[in-house]
Amino acid sequence: MLLVPCPWCGPRPELEFVAAGEAHVARPSPDADPTALAEALYFRANTKGLIAERWRHLHGCGRFFNAVRHTVTDKFVMSYRPGDPAPDLARLAETLAAEAAL
Amino acid sequence: MRFSFLSLLRNAFSAHRDWPEQWRSPEPKPAYDVVIVGGGGHGLAAAYFLAAEFGIRNVAVVERGWIGGGNSGRNTTIVRSNYLLEDSEALYDHSLKIWENLSQTLNYNVMFSPRGILMLAHGHHDVQSFTRHLHANRLAGIDSEWLSPEEARAFCPGLNISKDIRYPIGGATLQRRGGVARHDAVVWGFARAASALGVDILQNCEVTGIRRGPDGAVTGLDTTRGAIATRKIGVSAAGHTSVVLEMAGLGRLPLESTPLQALVSEPLKPLISCVVMSNTIHAYISQSDKGDLVIGAGTDQYVSYSQTGGLQITAHTLDAICELFPHLRRVRMMRNWGGIVDNTVDRSPILGPTPVPGLFVNCGWGTGGFKATPGAGHLLAATIARGEAHPIAAPFGLDRFARGRLIDEAAAAAVAH
Ligand SMILES: Cc1cc2nc3c(=O)[nH]c(=O)nc-3n(C[C@H](O)[C@H](O)[C@H](O)COP(=O)(O)OP(=O)(O)OC[C@H]3O[C@@H](n4cnc5c(N)ncnc54)[C@H](O)[C@@H]3O)c2cc1C
Ligand SMILES: [Zn+2]
Repeated sequence: MLLVPCPWCGPRPELEFVAAGEAHVARPSPDADPTALAEALYFRANTKGLIAERWRHLHGCGRFFNAVRHTVTDKFVMSYRPGDPAPDLARLAETLAAEAAL
Repeated sequence: MRFSFLSLLRNAFSAHRDWPEQWRSPEPKPAYDVVIVGGGGHGLAAAYFLAAEFGIRNVAVVERGWIGGGNSGRNTTIVRSNYLLEDSEALYDHSLKIWENLSQTLNYNVMFSPRGILMLAHGHHDVQSFTRHLHANRLAGIDSEWLSPEEARAFCPGLNISKDIRYPIGGATLQRRGGVARHDAVVWGFARAASALGVDILQNCEVTGIRRGPDGAVTGLDTTRGAIATRKIGVSAAGHTSVVLEMAGLGRLPLESTPLQALVSEPLKPLISCVVMSNTIHAYISQSDKGDLVIGAGTDQYVSYSQTGGLQITAHTLDAICELFPHLRRVRMMRNWGGIVDNTVDRSPILGPTPVPGLFVNCGWGTGGFKATPGAGHLLAATIARGEAHPIAAPFGLDRFARGRLIDEAAAAAVAH
């Protein structure tokens, strides 16, 4: 079971949370063409590596937030509040690799 | 080398130590007519059918690890075709029909055992939706029977049909043609038959890049065992499909990869003679010929490539199993493991060409593609050979998402095994 870092409540067991999928997927305008709509609705990065994803602390503070997690180790790298800018995942991966090499 | 009663007898005298290798392990050639990425059951079946039915024998299957080490070797082997929607019924029944003669076709005992799939309905609403499901199946010519709780217990002795449990059983559907097969044997059987027809099986050979020409069409692959030229690639990489297709510039796909777990008990005497599934309380169970109870759990809720999942998921399934079969409460579990499954939003697979010329994909089978192994392999082979989707596969194209023509088995079945 994951230990999920809620930005408001701190690390809590995964049972209290609902995963809400990829973060920062921009919703297209209602008159966008079907391809753009399909991409926003269904197409995902599904990265093997660092991903930004949404969580909801359903059985806690009830709030949504975003987190960065590595999908091979399942380790969380950081979490942040909705509205905070999306982190640069490629840069973050490089920093983590450099730290691990030390 | 063909298996026969005589060859088994002869080898019995040498304590089965002199069997030759069942498939060749050649060095990669510089070029192939078709390269299949992923040496699971699906990829090997596709290569077999390319050679056996479509006359394309200059084929390689490239596998990152060892063949069958992915979901093919990690699943609970349930085979059935009683899906709800017409497109799915045609797809899964196409596969089931191949299963029925597969051991003879491959001259390899895949231990297909149509012992019956009992799907439990709990409560009034389940009974209604299962009845609809049953009629839909019958209209499509797929066998399905309704059993009362007492009839279900007669078919599967030990089933708890008490009215006092949390989710009392209101009845069940039975597909007698469904059952289980031996996962490794399916992989090995296809590998052996494909190799005999000239297909090269390249293990420990990870695809690291897909090459494309100026017109965008594929021209070859980079692998950990060198570059391979080819004009046709079939990707059948299950949980890793997004990773492989990104190499061809298809960065985002309607797929999410999650862990799915299973576990087996200590071996017991024959106890459960059929496959029992409950979507509502999420449990499914059968007994292997070795005697272990094979139990499937659910998916974790997040994207992961870790091949492990949370213990709370398996614990939840065991709660359900213990309610259905109270006499199993003290059975010990021996091993649990996870596989990475590629889920689509409508829980239906994606099979067909991609926007990249020469690149074909078979993926999105998620939690339920073992049953489709021979059928999906056959349809992928047909699609690659013709250059366009086989009619049974046509509704399952990658284009269905933008057209809004989802094949929503997620709503229909809730669980897809
Ligand atoms: C626990 C569990 C239980 C399940 N239960 C059932 C069930 O009861 N019934 C059912 O019908 N289905 C079930 N499934 C689903 C079923 O296992 C899969 O849908 C099916 O086995 C997929 O077969 P495949 O050959 O496509 O995939 P796999 O066997 O996973 O083969 C894909 C292969 O691609 C290889 N690969 C990946 N990346 C690369 C690369 N870059 N280069 C080269 N090779 C690569 C992998 O190593 C792997 O061997 C279950 C799955 C799991 C995990
Ligand atoms: Zn919180």
